[in-house]
Amino acid sequence: MGVHVEMSSSSAQQAEQKITRTEWAKIAQSEDFKTLVSAKARFLIPAIIFSVIYYFSLPLSVGYLPGLMKTKIIGPINLAYLFALSQFFVAWFIAYLYARIAGNTFDPLAEKIKNSRGGN
Amino acid sequence: MKGLTFGLFLLIVAITLAVTYWAAKRTKTTAEFYAAGRSISGVQNGIAIAGDYLSAASFLGIAGLIALNGYDGFMYSVGWLVAYITVLLVVAEPLRNSGKYTMADVLAYRLNPKPVRTAAALSTIVISTFYLLAQLVGAGTLIKLLLGIPYEFSIVLIGIMIIFYVTFGGMLATTWVQIIKACLLMAGALILSVFVMAKFSFNPVAFFQAISDKLGQKFLEPGMLYKNPIELVSLGIALVLGTAGMPHILMRFYTVPTAKAARTSVIWAMILIGTFYILTTFLGFGAAYFVGKDAIKAMDKGGNMAAPLLAQYLGGGAGTIGGEVFLAFLSAVAFATILAVVAGLTLAASSAFAHDFYVNVIRGGQADEKSQMTVARRTTFVVGIIAIILGIMVKGQNVAHLVALAFAVASSANVPVIVFSVFWKKFNSTGAVAGILVGLVASIVLMFIGPSVMDAKTAIFPLKNPGIVSVPLGFLAAYLGTIFSSEKLAEEKFEELYVRANTGLGAEH
Repeated sequence: MGVHVEMSSSSAQQAEQKITRTEWAKIAQSEDFKTLVSAKARFLIPAIIFSVIYYFSLPLSVGYLPGLMKTKIIGPINLAYLFALSQFFVAWFIAYLYARIAGNTFDPLAEKIKNSRGGN
Repeated sequence: MKGLTFGLFLLIVAITLAVTYWAAKRTKTTAEFYAAGRSISGVQNGIAIAGDYLSAASFLGIAGLIALNGYDGFMYSVGWLVAYITVLLVVAEPLRNSGKYTMADVLAYRLNPKPVRTAAALSTIVISTFYLLAQLVGAGTLIKLLLGIPYEFSIVLIGIMIIFYVTFGGMLATTWVQIIKACLLMAGALILSVFVMAKFSFNPVAFFQAISDKLGQKFLEPGMLYKNPIELVSLGIALVLGTAGMPHILMRFYTVPTAKAARTSVIWAMILIGTFYILTTFLGFGAAYFVGKDAIKAMDKGGNMAAPLLAQYLGGGAGTIGGEVFLAFLSAVAFATILAVVAGLTLAASSAFAHDFYVNVIRGGQADEKSQMTVARRTTFVVGIIAIILGIMVKGQNVAHLVALAFAVASSANVPVIVFSVFWKKFNSTGAVAGILVGLVASIVLMFIGPSVMDAKTAIFPLKNPGIVSVPLGFLAAYLGTIFSSEKLAEEKFEELYVRANTGLGAEH
């Protein structure tokens, strides 16, 4: 079990007070933080937009293009099922991409910001 | 052969109580009670999330939906996995970095704590109660079908066990009950799928061809359950956003030491949950092929017995030893599933009342560790008792729509405010309270004037799933509440929350 678990709500507040509001603001304005936030946005915004479009195109095409979706692709297996199945692999792939970029890019940047504050 | 089922149920009870005994000795502080001392590893938490998430509704319900309605049932499976993309990309890490035990911690970070926590506690309790009731009714019905034990008696029994797990073992016991359940469930689903596919020499084309020949190609095509595309989209919205607002899932991210571990846990949860939902193809279509719709409906109109009946068939059929062993095993898995999910929900509801409402609103955050623990335990006890009473009261009612309602409330009331809180500087307390209350009321009202509750012909609102209207309403209310008021402190503290959510600086250890 963790050693830090005895932190009551008041001592947690004390820990937060170690970083003053001006310090938070300074970090928020720092180059490192801006780099981190824009790196995240560059990945997250397109990834979220793509996921939304890809996911909702399933109910939309199933609902509005039933004829196309009923097309048999492999024997009796139709496009509707393959499209639904592809959603799993696409979701996994996006998760993999995110885990990779977060580990390689976001984490080191966040670490750098934390360390430059003299360790917390 | 009921003896065997009964024996397996008892074995699960014994194992989980042993886990609770072990966990109880390690649960003394609130951080241990609500967050397992943040000692759970990313992989363990990922398995526990799968255990927390794959409810009786998804295990028994989806298999039944596919068995009765073919392809359309599989649409649920897809939405329930894709939902984790939202969790992974938007909520998991900011939540872990900026909160302590509950979703409301993140909101209260820069907003006026009392009104915001009260609203968030209310939505958490409403969501947990709806979801919990659906699980309990399913459990009571299942145990009655399998063992012939009266409904009321099973509800009381399950209620007492949950009170034991959560009151004494807190999050640590809940976590391990969920991990055990996830392993049992994955094993059960894999074994059944392998047995199904073995009958077709592991050739998926032959499998689908057999279904097409026996039940018609139409069974593999969309349109048997959902005629209205807007309904499908509305369901999709509630599914993919709702998970990111489910309090019992969000709470799990506080059990790991860092945001990075929270990320690992979502990845592992996605692997397990996705694999499980792909396997529902074999469980659902397999049950339709081997057991048949009529036999499934004869046992339970909603189709919930599809997977257990498939297990019985694959083991050799009713009356054979293999058949009964398989049925007993699968029933025990379903039982463990219900226990694990109900434990998670009970803990989430208790944390909302004890941590958010009692400690931080009534006591203004001024409660020592010991009294916080006392309140936490007493609340769990009371929540368990209330769950038992409500569970008995709704006996015989059709509660299938309660799961959909829980997801609708989570996506409409919780998700807009979580997102705005972490990403929108101007967002303030008025916006948060407005967003939660409007999202909550809109989804409940629309559900109750819709065809799930009213007669389909006279229903005022045309959709079973209100998400397509209630989610935008939640966002709109949060937006309007914000722009029509101003709160200097909330804006000033934004940078602090923003840095913390993105870097983990100052995160709870």
